[in-house]
Amino acid sequence: MSLKHEIRFRLNGVEQRTSVDVGLSALQLLRDVIGLPGTKYGCGEGECGACTILVDGASVNACLLFAVDCGGRELTTIEGLAGDPRAQALRQAFVAHGAVQCGFCTPGMVVQATHLLAVEPKPDAASAKRAIEGNLCRCTGYQKIVDAIVDAGARLADTTAGDKQ
Amino acid sequence: MSALLTPPAASGSLIGQRIPKMDAPDKASGRTRYIHDIDLPGQLHAAILRSSRVHARILRIDTTAARALPGVHAVLTAADVPDQQPIGVAKDHLPLKRDRVRSVRDEIAAVAAETEAIARQALTLIEVEYEDLPVLADARDALAPGAPLIHPEPHGADPAKPGLKPGMPIAFAGKPDNIAMRFDYTHGDVAQGEAESDVVVEDSFSLHYVTHCCMGVSGVIAEFDARGNLLLYSNTQVPFLHKREFAEIFRMDPGRIRIIQPPIGGGFGSKLDIYPFEIISVYLARATGRPVKLLFNREEEFLASPTRQPVLLTLRSGCKRDGTLTFRSVRTLHDNGAYTSWGATTPFVMMQTFSSLYRVPHCDYHTLAVYTNNPYAGSFRGYGNLQATFAVEAHMDQMAEAIGMDPLAFRQKNAQLQGEVSGQGMVFRSCGFQDCLTSAAERSDFAHRHAEYAAQRNAPGAIKKGIGIASMLHVGGGAKIYPSDGCGTILKLDDFGHVTLITGASEIGQGSETVLSQLVCEELGLPMSAVTVVNNDTDITPWDVGVHASRTTFIAGNSAIGAARKARDKIFAAAAPRFDCAADDLALRDGHIVRRASGEPLIEIARFLRSLHFSDRAELVMTTFYYEPPSVHQDKGFKGDVSAAYAWAAQVVEVEVDTDTGVVRMLKVTGAHDVGRVLNRLGIEGQIEGGIVMGQGYALTENLLVENGNIRNPNFRDYKLVTAPEIPEMDIAFIESMDGEGPQGAKGVGEAPAICIAAATANAIYNATGVRITSLPFTPERVYRALHGVLPPVPPVPPIVERPA
Repeated sequence: MSLKHEIRFRLNGVEQRTSVDVGLSALQLLRDVIGLPGTKYGCGEGECGACTILVDGASVNACLLFAVDCGGRELTTIEGLAGDPRAQALRQAFVAHGAVQCGFCTPGMVVQATHLLAVEPKPDAASAKRAIEGNLCRCTGYQKIVDAIVDAGARLADTTAGDKQ
Repeated sequence: MSALLTPPAASGSLIGQRIPKMDAPDKASGRTRYIHDIDLPGQLHAAILRSSRVHARILRIDTTAARALPGVHAVLTAADVPDQQPIGVAKDHLPLKRDRVRSVRDEIAAVAAETEAIARQALTLIEVEYEDLPVLADARDALAPGAPLIHPEPHGADPAKPGLKPGMPIAFAGKPDNIAMRFDYTHGDVAQGEAESDVVVEDSFSLHYVTHCCMGVSGVIAEFDARGNLLLYSNTQVPFLHKREFAEIFRMDPGRIRIIQPPIGGGFGSKLDIYPFEIISVYLARATGRPVKLLFNREEEFLASPTRQPVLLTLRSGCKRDGTLTFRSVRTLHDNGAYTSWGATTPFVMMQTFSSLYRVPHCDYHTLAVYTNNPYAGSFRGYGNLQATFAVEAHMDQMAEAIGMDPLAFRQKNAQLQGEVSGQGMVFRSCGFQDCLTSAAERSDFAHRHAEYAAQRNAPGAIKKGIGIASMLHVGGGAKIYPSDGCGTILKLDDFGHVTLITGASEIGQGSETVLSQLVCEELGLPMSAVTVVNNDTDITPWDVGVHASRTTFIAGNSAIGAARKARDKIFAAAAPRFDCAADDLALRDGHIVRRASGEPLIEIARFLRSLHFSDRAELVMTTFYYEPPSVHQDKGFKGDVSAAYAWAAQVVEVEVDTDTGVVRMLKVTGAHDVGRVLNRLGIEGQIEGGIVMGQGYALTENLLVENGNIRNPNFRDYKLVTAPEIPEMDIAFIESMDGEGPQGAKGVGEAPAICIAAATANAIYNATGVRITSLPFTPERVYRALHGVLPPVPPVPPIVERPA
């Protein structure tokens, strides 16, 4: 018989309280319990990055995190980044650069790149590649994703510089 | 070099522009709903029990405990579905295995339950008793006397029950030997060609197992309504063929089957066949009366998806001292796996490369596809062409070296030209092959680097650089395999000047809906924002043969243009009397009907459409068009002009080989592609870059390890896809040969970029080290062994006796 545990956490800025099976992953919690399907299942083993989310600001494979360990934390998914200026710049750049084909890896890529721009606002191509080395893409060959991330960082940095003047 | 010039774009033309994909904003926001994200009210979840043995008799299956588990609605084994019918390319495959399992993926039982967790728990409660049978794990043993037989006895439905069509077989007859398929092709006289040769080379090549690794795992949702109509949410790339096949299997009227394709998380050819999991889900939906959803997990995706066709190949080639090719003789052995899917038919494409990439006066080609207990091979981007090109392009370099000719010049001397007809009967109406070779070589500084790296081979230091070139030919205007290779379009222009483009062509991420919209807007003088695409519901969309053979831009594009031109003509016919001019004097531009000569705007298209609608002769502008390419079916000898156009490419790969460790790094890929014409620059770059990196994985890292029928690495940790830091610099040139039949001059490109990479990499490694490796992938271990002379040679394909006449 499964053991349940009650947890409280913040998801995309909203307080949550729910009772979860101790074997449940954060990915299952998001997709199957709460019903936010933007975070994707690609492998369930932390190898593909399709389920990347932010936990207290750090990027994490949701499939490797137990739901019970989300207690007391702040979770952000692709849906929660709708109004985030970094994610917004990234989404625009992904579209403009052709960084999206089947799109299944894209939410994870955008979340991971959002985290990169938070810690390194103006990454070069090498930094962008390192940042997404845990995110697999089978369609694009990565180059356009890298171009999009670099471009989004540069545009954001320009905007920020403009604001300061 | 006129073909290199970009044709002048009309003012405001969308052709050749960088058009963002229409589905990209939703995808980048996590809003796209793939099959994994769809749940129907009342839906049950399914899971499949697969064989734990490679080859065994099933003695007993006990599902009692599974059926008793709370939350389980149905448990099915073959005994529960006596009307099963064999499926697949050769109809040799029962969805639920009755008395024998032939590979580790084999489906034995299936459960539908309230949750996926309950379904999977129920699987653990099913007891199966097996009696092991001898395993046939090496295709070379398949024809040996005493080899285990994989399909010795007939299997399938109750022969008393008729098939849907009179005379249609409902059971697989069985095979007294292990031969699944064979192909024999000849043009010219190979013996004569060999007699005329100054140089003859022969080598054997071994091409390994890889698999598609779509990021979205396989899945299906099946539901019957109260009238018995079947609705499938499916990832298929061939919805209309699928519909027909489901109808045959379930003895239903095809009109009562509707297939909806949600956005698909990667295809690459993996979704061209019908698979047991799809049929089993329908059985479960029928048994429970509820919608049933089945999703693979990643391990299952590795175990139960098709692979690229593994090939053992012996090639004998010759040329004269002046560099003229004389003959090519090929034997290949294809490991079919336990069942026959599209992999067995890859010789259709392979023989094109042997017979027609270069001018070869004499060529023969023989393939046997044999059953084994291994995973079965399906179709995969390139469809045999990566394998054939790997062998042909190795020999092009070897022969060039043997006669002391530059490898580029040797290729240029033998490359096909526009207007030529190949020995196989392919007519090259547009052909930028020579320009591809020249462009790729110039952009990569090939000639200079090739000489320089060869000269530095014996210089001190462990790191050696090398550069290699390879070329390819692939269908670029569809492939006439089915009775029709066509695609239908319905165009609806509404009162607001908005266009609904209803196309049979499926979107699998490649960007078809964007390029088709672009072609329609180009004809109608409308902005991209004026189009909505409907492309995923067989109850609405007109027929299309499917997404394969790099055909969608060409075939569906011509179909969309045809429908748009009919709409335009209809508008002009109605507008001409109103503006007191001839229909020919009108044009559509920037959302207006204009005078063709002066460009003077006469009326907004939207307003004119409304005036047509709300007049005493009320009419709506809706058109249909079906495009059938002017290609022909091949004859029994596989000869004929099977595609309406052919695509060409040359790719140059530059590598660095660490001779201490065997590690090969891919530094740069320079590709020159004859694409006919660039339609969406952003999209075509994406197709080519993605194809190059998929080719890189095939060449360097990907290897599905199959040992005695078992898959050893069914996960992304041990099956190594290329990651972002490993990609090469990519320089891509487009050769615009302006195909006369292509939409706006374009040809297909979907498969082309993956095809040459492994072949060019092999040539680059040879250039760096002087060592020729004829097996893939170039992992550090394989390269290290080869450099130290301890890589076992690839065994030759046993002689294949020609089929008696």
